[in-house]
Amino acid sequence: MSAQRIADVFTRAYLGVFFLYLFLPLIVMGVATFNSSRFPTVTPWQETTLKWFSALAADNQMWNALWTSFAVGVGVIVVAVPIGVAAALFLSDLQTRAKPFIYGVMVSPLLTPGVIIGISTLIFWRPYGITGGYLLMVLAQSSFIAAYVMLMVMARMQRFDRTLEEAALDLGATHLQAFRRVTLPFLRPSMLAACLIAFLQSFENYNTTIFVRGIDTTLTVYIASKVRTGVTPAVNALGLILISVTILAAIVYEIRRRRELAATAAAAARARADEKAEIAAAVPAAA
Amino acid sequence: MSVLLQRYGWALTSIIVGLTVLWVVVLVVLPQITMIDYSLRPNLPLPERDGPNDVLTLANYTTLAGNEIHRTIFVKTIWASALVTFLTFLVCYPIAYHLAQVATGPRAALLVLLLIIPFWINEILRTFAWWIILAYSGPLNQALMALGFIDEPIRYLSGNSGVIIGMVYAYILFMVFPLYNAMESLDRNQIEAARDLGAPVWRIHWRIVAPHAKPGIATGCIMTFMLAAGSYAVPALLGSPGSRWFTEIIYNWFFEGGNWNQGAAYAFILLILCIVFIFAMMRIFRVGLGDIAK
Repeated sequence: MSAQRIADVFTRAYLGVFFLYLFLPLIVMGVATFNSSRFPTVTPWQETTLKWFSALAADNQMWNALWTSFAVGVGVIVVAVPIGVAAALFLSDLQTRAKPFIYGVMVSPLLTPGVIIGISTLIFWRPYGITGGYLLMVLAQSSFIAAYVMLMVMARMQRFDRTLEEAALDLGATHLQAFRRVTLPFLRPSMLAACLIAFLQSFENYNTTIFVRGIDTTLTVYIASKVRTGVTPAVNALGLILISVTILAAIVYEIRRRRELAATAAAAARARADEKAEIAAAVPAAA
Repeated sequence: MSVLLQRYGWALTSIIVGLTVLWVVVLVVLPQITMIDYSLRPNLPLPERDGPNDVLTLANYTTLAGNEIHRTIFVKTIWASALVTFLTFLVCYPIAYHLAQVATGPRAALLVLLLIIPFWINEILRTFAWWIILAYSGPLNQALMALGFIDEPIRYLSGNSGVIIGMVYAYILFMVFPLYNAMESLDRNQIEAARDLGAPVWRIHWRIVAPHAKPGIATGCIMTFMLAAGSYAVPALLGSPGSRWFTEIIYNWFFEGGNWNQGAAYAFILLILCIVFIFAMMRIFRVGLGDIAK
């Protein structure tokens, strides 16, 4: 029993250290925003200030970079989500011995280093006169983000009751109607989640983007170049804002998830009660 | 195909197949093939392309063997990525086990959320945070000196240590989740039984938990190694000219050396390295491709 106790204490300590390790860097980065030192640091602490927020607000290059990142993210949603959904539908219905191979090819972009995706895209489009820039960033990022979308939609597709589609068709719906009224609504939650993931993946991408950006600058490219050429805590201010938005989003997400969980639990309880009532009703009839 | 047609009709089927083929062929496969083709050709001025001098050659590959600096950096990238993978595994294993087998209900959900939050934040920003911490007069050196562990500050950022520390932090999630997924399906009774029969903790892990989690270990290691070997962001921020990464050499071929063919060859070598690692992991852990790409 005492060995168990020691293990418990050890686990607790490890968890504490681990989560400290996870969050301390973010805290240090956030706190450094309020230090007036021109160089982002917490040691030595010079003066507490808010001036880096106004420095950030006045940084036009940063705003341009943010806008580029946003535009690329939207472009990636437009390209990668339809492709990912189509690939998920395609793969779900594929009945051939080559299926594992085709699946392997489709998920291969997720196992390929991002720099290689950027390089191959850059080389491929050069003969067609398309050089680094907005279009190539969207295409290169979409080529692997579509695989994420596909996996997310496929996971949902596996729980889809295909007889619903068949019922719609039997009752005279056209293929298009059945798809729009039955299949798509079922897939919608996974598609919305996929849009969010696609945007986040695009927004944070650096390794692929750096090769296909041409002269465009996304936010990640901007931050990296700042760190190398002389960074001020204005970047920390930006980081702090992004962290705050993220944590807020996480809290909202957690609250919503708990509500949904409670709702499904209640629905399941109701269903079980109904089932019991049905069985109870059926038993005397059988007897 | 006939199933698709039956289900979605002509119009939708052609859109589905069209988009899928467009993706796989134009965005994934053809660019890779073009890159390989590029790597096998000499770097010629435009008028000479497709001319008599445009022949297939392995010259771009032998460059690596002949250039000692590049070779050293390539080998460094391999062992450093392997070290990153191993350290990340050590850090993540206890957490994954705790989440999968010990924590329950809302507490487990909360821990998972806490684990994900840092990873919703840019890799660049997370790396930048480490840049602040590891700076010469930064908080880590100050703290270690105040505690009396070291007498003078350490230059983390001018060697490989900064890059390795930053990478372990950056790829935690890619190791934790495959491990967690694999461990979650383990029946808790097996652990209980082993414990009741008197097995010490390390043996429970060695004989029961780890073998069960093999596909997860393989997947986590593959993801982490691939991300580490292919990272440009972390070495660019936490490395120095004296501790370059192989991806930085590749980048220089493209945008400073202006020799795309040479760069393509180096990129393909990097890809082969990752593929070799995948197969090595599958061999070591005796798992199939299907177990990994889940």
